[in-house]
Amino acid sequence: MAEPILDIKGLTKAYGNNVVFHDIDITVNEGDTVVIIGPSGTGKSTLLRCINLLTKANAGQIWLDGDEITAHGHNEDEVRQHVGMVFQNFLLFNHLTALDNVKIGLSKVKKLPNEVAEEKAMQELSRVGLVDRAAHYPGQLSGGQQQRVAIARALAMDPRIMLFDEPTSALDPELIGEVLEVMRNLAREGMTMLVVTHEMGFAREVANRIIFLENGNIVEEGSPDEMFNRPKYERTRSFLWKISELYGDMESEA
Amino acid sequence: MGDTFTILRRFLPEFLKGTAVTLELTAVGLALGFLLGLILALMRTYGPRWQRVIAIGFIEFFRGTPLLVQLFLIYYGLPSLGLTFDQKTSAYLALGLNSAAYQAEYLRGAIQSIGDSQMTAGRSIGLTRWQTIWHIILPQALRLVIPAWSNEPISLLKTTAVVFLIAVQDLMARGKRAATITYNPIGSYLAIAIIYLIIVFVVNALLKWLERKTRIPGFEMETERP
Repeated sequence: MAEPILDIKGLTKAYGNNVVFHDIDITVNEGDTVVIIGPSGTGKSTLLRCINLLTKANAGQIWLDGDEITAHGHNEDEVRQHVGMVFQNFLLFNHLTALDNVKIGLSKVKKLPNEVAEEKAMQELSRVGLVDRAAHYPGQLSGGQQQRVAIARALAMDPRIMLFDEPTSALDPELIGEVLEVMRNLAREGMTMLVVTHEMGFAREVANRIIFLENGNIVEEGSPDEMFNRPKYERTRSFLWKISELYGDMESEA
Repeated sequence: MGDTFTILRRFLPEFLKGTAVTLELTAVGLALGFLLGLILALMRTYGPRWQRVIAIGFIEFFRGTPLLVQLFLIYYGLPSLGLTFDQKTSAYLALGLNSAAYQAEYLRGAIQSIGDSQMTAGRSIGLTRWQTIWHIILPQALRLVIPAWSNEPISLLKTTAVVFLIAVQDLMARGKRAATITYNPIGSYLAIAIIYLIIVFVVNALLKWLERKTRIPGFEMETERP
């Protein structure tokens, strides 16, 4: 078996006595899409933030490409270049055009010459279908378009893995499809992805593996078929039933 | 009062020289205050504890004491510590340090309203903390601050009038001289009041232009012009 891109062992995060998650193990192999599901407030977002070192875990280790990034003295800024992150609220840079949002990491972090950075940024925008919006500012774009720019911004750094933190939760229903479409294409192109989402249609269709996280613990994990059709635990079944009821399964029918 | 315009005409060359000094004091005080204020705001927002303590101490002192006291401390007080400045330099220093305290607070407000999320977003693509402050947070904060900050040039311009007390020949000093010569204080002070008003009007127009010019399309400014 090939070496995993992301390997998490015994990861624990607590704020004082409040344990966010405890002793989590997750392995993501190259080209896999792993979907994390679970009720709100079970530490899914915090887990993603720990992976790109925006938040420090209290215990446990994370390997990225065989390299232990939780090791003391590891260069965090360097790690983050290799871990793309997409946030629920897009978090685009409001004073920059779509193109410059994608370009700034290439110019300032990768220090590419201006023309090279611009060309690469344009390529990433075309990957998310937004070349015609390159000169628009975030405030002039719809939520779906902003999220696609945010995806392009993360992709521009050529990450080894992309983390998605509820990328469609802040979107109007009619804008969710375009973002999921971009993510589906990424999965098809072989991008390694770890996705926190409530979009069960996406999970069922795209995920290689689904992890059900509740109260800071992994309750169950398995293939979409196992999780949706024959979950081992009643908790998993009732959560999936509730969430499908709530958010519908429109995407898989579309 | 009818003599106001006579006085204005008679002393115009002098008043213009005084106006130049007043504008110079305002510009230097504003620029010095901006640079120092920006450093203070960054220290107070992002610095370690000792920097925050220094910044807060500085800001509280210069906002909590009269400008005139600060001016006299610098001009009459510092020489006893072996630091002697001429009148102009003392005026620049007092105005600059005082303005820095106010500008630091305007800037801090704007930086904080940009929020941690932009920092998170910047760090997530591999920008360092300083790169994120420089390329992401400050460009937004400096635009956002303009409406509130617009108070400062106007307020500083008017405040410069205290420097005549250490014999800097600004517009106020020229007005006082005109009053002494003509025995007509109301006409003389009204004359310079008119000049102050005209400058304030022009500066306001410039600030509104600056605000429009730097507006980010589609991005709503959160702070209102006071």
